[in-house]
Amino acid sequence: MFPAPAGWREMVEMNDFRGRDIVSLRDMDSEDLLRIVRTTGEVKAGKYGNFLEGMAVACLFFEPSTRTRLSFESAVLQKGGRVFGFANPKGSSQSKGESFVDTVRTVEGYCRAMVIRHPVEGAARLASRTVSVPVVNAGDGANQHPTQTFLDLYTMYERFGRLEGLRVGMMGDLKYGRTVHSLTHAMAMFGSEMTFISPPSLRMPEQIKEELSAAGISFHEAEEPEQAADRNLDVLYVTRIQRERFGDPQEYESVAHSYRVTPDTVLSLGGEVSIMHPLPRVDEIAEEVDALENAIYFEQAHNGIPTRQALLGLVTGGLQ
Amino acid sequence: MSERAYKVYAIENGTVIDHIPTPRALQVVRILGLGNQGILTIGIGFASGRLPGGKDIVKIENRELSKAETDTIALIAPDATINIIKDSSVAEKWTISLPESVSGVLRCPNPNCATNKLGAPSQFTLEDRGRITYRCGFCERVTTVEPDLLSGRVRLG
Repeated sequence: MFPAPAGWREMVEMNDFRGRDIVSLRDMDSEDLLRIVRTTGEVKAGKYGNFLEGMAVACLFFEPSTRTRLSFESAVLQKGGRVFGFANPKGSSQSKGESFVDTVRTVEGYCRAMVIRHPVEGAARLASRTVSVPVVNAGDGANQHPTQTFLDLYTMYERFGRLEGLRVGMMGDLKYGRTVHSLTHAMAMFGSEMTFISPPSLRMPEQIKEELSAAGISFHEAEEPEQAADRNLDVLYVTRIQRERFGDPQEYESVAHSYRVTPDTVLSLGGEVSIMHPLPRVDEIAEEVDALENAIYFEQAHNGIPTRQALLGLVTGGLQ
Repeated sequence: MSERAYKVYAIENGTVIDHIPTPRALQVVRILGLGNQGILTIGIGFASGRLPGGKDIVKIENRELSKAETDTIALIAPDATINIIKDSSVAEKWTISLPESVSGVLRCPNPNCATNKLGAPSQFTLEDRGRITYRCGFCERVTTVEPDLLSGRVRLG
């Protein structure tokens, strides 16, 4: 075994993650998130060895999502576990008409944990209420994708050594973007100062802004990244603006152009800002930005591995 | 024309639900699952000082509803008052309050919700008491309660 760092033994004894379903950020508090983030750091530092050894993890992808699936599969394999499942519903008994509930109930008997991606919102919740093994939501329609948020949080924690009080700008499609909604929810737990940068038609939904106000969290809205110059952002989290959100292709072109992050954008935000992006990007971040130290989006994507390892270790009890 | 002696007959024992907004009495009956359980008297369209659109009254003979049961009609009749009648007099009286959670009554309006696509049971938790909004336990969207989202009968819990 690797030597445990100071305080680690106490943390393990407080572990209330074993057997837990990871379905939604709404089930979690800031302590939970910190626990995941800190454990991720320890896993990334190589402290725990093959803690998923001998475990079979089911990856049931009822809609294709290559990146997320490969990330989960790689995470399990690298810690000694095995993965099985399907990459799209054509490869499953669902194509023969089996109900979702019957599928998960059957697979329950084959695995220690179940990772589920499904286009229907609430599918992972339904699975979690059906089976007794831990269920990890790898995306349910437009609703939740908690492991993306965990890896986003870990990436910030790794960069800044804390999550409390960070100044975070979010830019792009804030209306439909599941990723930014979850991140907003999480950052609110840590008293973040948030700035929402989007075209008027893609603003952060009123309901989320009302929740922030009700929780006493202040936020700003802007229509151009340069308008956030005086906000001293620690992070600019960029998301893709999807062409299909616009009826008029010309309007899309004009909007997409003004939401493109270039080295000049970075300078206008003070030069210190870290640029994040859930990937895949199209052209919302210029390739010239990749070479800057500010660009941490590839590191962010790679952090999906230790994050998912830590999470699976916690819920299966492999990290004890 | 002289006033009728009784618009709705008094009951000796049972429950009277007053101040239901017109014309929701039949929905109240359906939500409470009272279709075939003894004598019901339903009055629709009475004048009411409190409800400008008029009020309905439902009288249920020989059955005392619990507060947990009557709270489920708060979704469509937030101002309703409940009188428990014993031996022809009011033994207990309460106003209803919005339940913290509701199962089986509200239909989630999100067509892509597991309750509509995968057969998950309807389950909501109270989000905002003032605006009467509930959050779906599956797709997690917040819904303002509208009468046409109410269906089925009450399951408590």
